[in-house]
Amino acid sequence: MIEIKDIHKSFGDNEVLKGISGKFEEGVTNLIIGGSGSGKTTLLKCMIGLHHPEIGTVEYDGREFTKMTFEERIEIRKEIGMLFQGSALFDSMTVEENIMFPLNMFTDQPRSEKLDRVNFCLERVNLEGKNKLYPAELSGGMKKRVGIARAIAMNPKYLFCDEPNSGLDPKTSIVIDELIKELTEEYKTTTIVVTHDMNSVMGIGDYIMFLHEGKKFWEGSNKEIAHTDIQELNDFVFASRFMKAAKEKF
Amino acid sequence: MNFTNFGKYILLLKAVFRKPEKGKIYLKAIFQQMDFIGVGSLGLISIIATFIGAVMTLQIAFQLVSDFIPKTVIGSVTRDSSILELSPTISAIVLAGKIGSAISSEIGTMRVTEQIDALEIMGINSPGYLILPKILAGVTMVPLLVIFAMVLSISGGYIGGTLSGAVSPAEYIQGITTDFNPYTITVSLVKAFVFGFIITSVPAYEGFYVKGGALEVAQASTRAVVISCIAILACDYIVTGLLL
Repeated sequence: MIEIKDIHKSFGDNEVLKGISGKFEEGVTNLIIGGSGSGKTTLLKCMIGLHHPEIGTVEYDGREFTKMTFEERIEIRKEIGMLFQGSALFDSMTVEENIMFPLNMFTDQPRSEKLDRVNFCLERVNLEGKNKLYPAELSGGMKKRVGIARAIAMNPKYLFCDEPNSGLDPKTSIVIDELIKELTEEYKTTTIVVTHDMNSVMGIGDYIMFLHEGKKFWEGSNKEIAHTDIQELNDFVFASRFMKAAKEKF
Repeated sequence: MNFTNFGKYILLLKAVFRKPEKGKIYLKAIFQQMDFIGVGSLGLISIIATFIGAVMTLQIAFQLVSDFIPKTVIGSVTRDSSILELSPTISAIVLAGKIGSAISSEIGTMRVTEQIDALEIMGINSPGYLILPKILAGVTMVPLLVIFAMVLSISGGYIGGTLSGAVSPAEYIQGITTDFNPYTITVSLVKAFVFGFIITSVPAYEGFYVKGGALEVAQASTRAVVISCIAILACDYIVTGLLL
């Protein structure tokens, strides 16, 4: 479980996060949603230590991350897997080398064992046999799946996904969403997904935190989100004509 | 580089020299960088050093028109200038353009495509993993390239001088072998070591802190080359002043 308490973060005079608190349970897909500029990616980066909040704490199963030393943080980070918005695969490495990279860095397993793990991860994301391809030879959806495979290579306790559906067609988006949900339930990871994709919200949002102008405006599940009377949330959820029509129909 | 940037540069270097996570992986990266910086620059350094030696010999011959100065002086001036100044400094400035821009663009692109964030999230000391092999390769390969440049520059002087008839082969050979002070090689190698550090660490710094996209990566690359060249010239003056 990850718990955040009263997170504040500013860039110069611009206060992006204004005291956000919340709990993200393990084994469920936790979503952070909100419009562009609402602070969701900043919140994610504060949680993983890429940004340092001015006020507030982040706890990983009771271990306070924000006050840890560099060495202690590295130990926590070995338990974290992350899927980046642009996949962030290493261009100079093949798919196999990308997935094997954390294993090479932090384990002393023989190469055959590491290769087995790589093949298992690739199989898990339906990319068997793509070991020798370079990122430049992959489609957007395949890159995301390799990103997921790399993220799960070390059996992470915590899985973070930043806009996993951005730039993908609706069908591939659903495949990625379902994969994230399956992995979360299978490995009981604490999964946090930052998204503004309403298909993801409705499809995999076990717990949803809605951010608006740097504040937490609402939290609940995908079953509750359609029945809220909060104006800001409704404006976000039912912004598209399709969602508006769906709401009127049901 | 203002004081804030200089402070950030020192802090980055502190992170670079933290204990590596896995020596074997770093060693592989060091050899790759040695190949890129050293072997990859041999052709360029060969051409530049040979022509500089040849042109310098012709210019010295052109300026030494007095009958009271023996022509052997052409060889000794070419030798000392090549060893002390031209081989280390010109090689370093050329390498700053070739290697520096490549390092800055590589690390800058990794920054804007979140590859550096990915390393951090995995628990890897990204400055160490990305920059340390480059610095170590730079401080070992640049001195080797400079030794190579010295030999080619003096040989270029021989070829240029004798082909044009400005100096006879015997006079040139006598000139380069007379009154040779081996200490000049030491000074030159100290310079090469310092330049190797600058050529790799300054562009790495510029690339590491890029914010934005492709345009900013290109700007950082230009800035890296300009700052490296200025730093090379300033350090050239300081090292020469201290050691000679």
